[in-house]
Amino acid sequence: MLNHVFLSVLEWSRLQFALTAIFHWFFVPLTLGISFIIAIMETIYVRTGNEFWKKVVKFWMTIFGINFAIGVATGIILEFEFGTNWSNYSWFVGDIFGAPLAIEGILAFFMESTFIAIMFFGWNKIGRKTHLTASWLTAFGANISALWILVANGWMQNPVGMKFNPDNARNEMESFWDVLFNPSAIAKFLHTVTSAYVLSAIVVVAISAWFLLKGREKIFAKKSIIVASVFGLLSSAALIITGDTSANNIAQTQPMKLAAMEGLYKGKEGVGLSVFGILTPGKEANDGKDAFLFNIEVPKLLSFMGYRNSDAFVAGVEDLINGGFVPSYSDRDGNKITAELSAEEKIRRGKEAIASFAKYTEEKKAGNEVARDGARDELFKNINYFGYGYLNSPSSIVPNVPLCYYSFRIMVGLGFLFIIVFIVMLCGVLKKDREIGKWALRLAILSAPLVYIASQAGWIVAEMGRQPWAIQDLLPTVAATSRVDASAVMITFFLFFVLFSILLAAELKILFSQIKKGPNISNE
Amino acid sequence: MDTTYIFLQHYWWFLVSLLGALFVFLMFVQGGQTLIYTLGKSEDERTLIINVLGRKWEFTFTTLVTFGGAFFASFPLFYSTSFGGAYWVWMLILICFVVQAVAYEFRSKANNFLGKKTYEAFLLVNGLGGTVLVGTAVGTLFTGANFTVNHANIADITGGNLTISQWKSPFGGLEAVWENPLNVMLGLAVFFLARILGILYITNSVDNSNILTRAKKRLLYETVPFLVFFLGFLVCILLSNGYAIGDQQTILTGVPYKYLNNFLAMPAVLAIFLAGVVGVLWGIGKTYLSKQTYTKGIWFAGIGTVLTVLALLLIAGYNNTPYYRSNFDPQSSLTIFNSSSSKFTLTAMSIVSVAIVFVLAYIVYFWRVMNKKKLTIEEIKSESHTY
Repeated sequence: MLNHVFLSVLEWSRLQFALTAIFHWFFVPLTLGISFIIAIMETIYVRTGNEFWKKVVKFWMTIFGINFAIGVATGIILEFEFGTNWSNYSWFVGDIFGAPLAIEGILAFFMESTFIAIMFFGWNKIGRKTHLTASWLTAFGANISALWILVANGWMQNPVGMKFNPDNARNEMESFWDVLFNPSAIAKFLHTVTSAYVLSAIVVVAISAWFLLKGREKIFAKKSIIVASVFGLLSSAALIITGDTSANNIAQTQPMKLAAMEGLYKGKEGVGLSVFGILTPGKEANDGKDAFLFNIEVPKLLSFMGYRNSDAFVAGVEDLINGGFVPSYSDRDGNKITAELSAEEKIRRGKEAIASFAKYTEEKKAGNEVARDGARDELFKNINYFGYGYLNSPSSIVPNVPLCYYSFRIMVGLGFLFIIVFIVMLCGVLKKDREIGKWALRLAILSAPLVYIASQAGWIVAEMGRQPWAIQDLLPTVAATSRVDASAVMITFFLFFVLFSILLAAELKILFSQIKKGPNISNE
Repeated sequence: MDTTYIFLQHYWWFLVSLLGALFVFLMFVQGGQTLIYTLGKSEDERTLIINVLGRKWEFTFTTLVTFGGAFFASFPLFYSTSFGGAYWVWMLILICFVVQAVAYEFRSKANNFLGKKTYEAFLLVNGLGGTVLVGTAVGTLFTGANFTVNHANIADITGGNLTISQWKSPFGGLEAVWENPLNVMLGLAVFFLARILGILYITNSVDNSNILTRAKKRLLYETVPFLVFFLGFLVCILLSNGYAIGDQQTILTGVPYKYLNNFLAMPAVLAIFLAGVVGVLWGIGKTYLSKQTYTKGIWFAGIGTVLTVLALLLIAGYNNTPYYRSNFDPQSSLTIFNSSSSKFTLTAMSIVSVAIVFVLAYIVYFWRVMNKKKLTIEEIKSESHTY
């Protein structure tokens, strides 16, 4: 009974966090990128003194403002949910995870909120150059906020720079720089913000394309397309590089996520990258079925991306469950692994670690120093498997393979489509002798919803691919929750669902209405 | 005894208290939101009030978010205990703030789906619910709550009772409302204080004689209940028994006049408190009694609020006082020692905290720049971006 209730809380808590995160991510990426696009446009205005650019800036600022407000509204929930729904998590890793959140508030949020007010209301109160500085600082403030929360998320994917303290049952930070310059954190930050820039550029291009299709505000639309397409192309180039770095990082630190992303059940040397395939429905690890009904792949590319060696061995889902292979990745301390342990063995060692921790606590309380120290030594022998002790079956270390596989392909496939959109639109507006074809304009407009799907798909890969872990190998979600009634979380889930859906509807209605109104620059 | 660590724990309790105090001051935005219809009788007047408040809402919001982040980083056990336990209180507070964030931006936009009045209702929900609930939640720092903390729970893999901090009431924190009237009393004191500060801020920032006249008159009606609730809360707290941290970090219960003794043991904190109270009363009194329109009241009352709240939060956590006591299991009570982050983390964050001075400096500078000229209905009509 208790177990049943506990699982329900877990599921509702995960659903609620996913819901609030998805809503938050509908609004945030646009603000991260469009703030830079606006700052670039305002720079042109200040340099040329041309009032046309001021009107362009003001139009895009309106779009930014509408998104910013609702991004803020959905963001506060996420911060507090770490406590309300993930109580054990907050204590178990709060010593490391809390710091980036505090620094984010102190260094970034105030910067953003101070300068955004100047950006919107300071036109007649301060000089042009000061206003321009405020616009750039708003953009930097937004992106620095993203840095700290993504450092925190990167740490969840690859926990480094800390040590478990059995006296208070938590992990404690040992190196701030290891946490900040964690390769997973840097890759996570760069890949996420560059994806946000691409998203913003697509939205600007799509809205501008709509004006061209309607035959309105042509100069405004064309100039906006030039700025956004160039920004989008540069960002796409950065996105490809950071995507490759991310994949390389995942191969080193989250091999199960990589296997799930690729639908790779049986590992081998020189593995190809699946471009597109159909996974066998109902496929389970070790069931002997083929993973794919159909698959097109680029030979050896996955081995190369993962380990910079086209013949490297890439472990599959079944290898990671069964163990016994020599992996191409190292352990958390950077040591070569001679034979990877099976999931069963990791779970056994994890349970031993947890039992040693319980014994340590008891002996400490009883004042038996020798027994306490013995338990402590036993605990640290198996500390790297502590989190596995909460799992009960080897197959529970496998995330949802189809979800990860298809989401990854949607993200990457659409990412390449957007590059084509940028090129087509840029070439189209630069050709003075003819107008852009209607098909191209429609494709650009269609890209707007698609870019949001791509962006959300990226987060699905990142977060669902990490399951069953809240913090990779350290704490599974099952041990991270608060002890709240499942019904309470269910009610707040639906409350947020209804509230955010209404706010999203309001946001879209206002947004479309503002777009229809247009910048009112010219009727050409 | 690691004196550096103890210093860092005190330093971070001070910073968290300061952020909390700044947040209470900045809730003039919330207080003002509950007075839109009281002070603004025409559509133009209401728009003026909303715009003058709307230009500062992000500061209040950001301070709340930073307060949450700083509390998480410095005293994570409070985060996991109170937030994970008093689930409904925090969720209701969050909802009150979520609706505020969109209300300003969406209110005057065309085709805003819910209509202007709904967004104004959101502002009222935020102004009323936000202040009363935050005040009530803060009240539990003095009156306690029902929870247990047991680190060994995390090893209970067979029983499934893994959560370290557990709430011992089925009402998810809402029991604070009926279990001890002092909590709601503080909530109402915060509500009326926010309205007073709202009036003083609006007086300072708008150029509109109708609004100014109404604001001045209204001040007295807010001050009387504020004083009743605040002084009632204060006297009861100072005369009540409290908890204290004894030898070996054990918690002693039934310590007479604990909070009064904390003031007496820390005269500097008492001085801050008294200076704060004088500041608040001066700001109100001078504004109300001046024959001419006195606009600087917000600064006296605002700084006074910061000092008063700071001092109250300091006596809640300093001088060996558990800042979050468990009425269910006193030994589970949270102190700045048993709930803080590690020395390493507090040190790292303390280095970053130097930036707070710089942040405050640019906020003050640009606040002055933006508020140099008082806002009028005419200016709003000529603005491209209005709420």
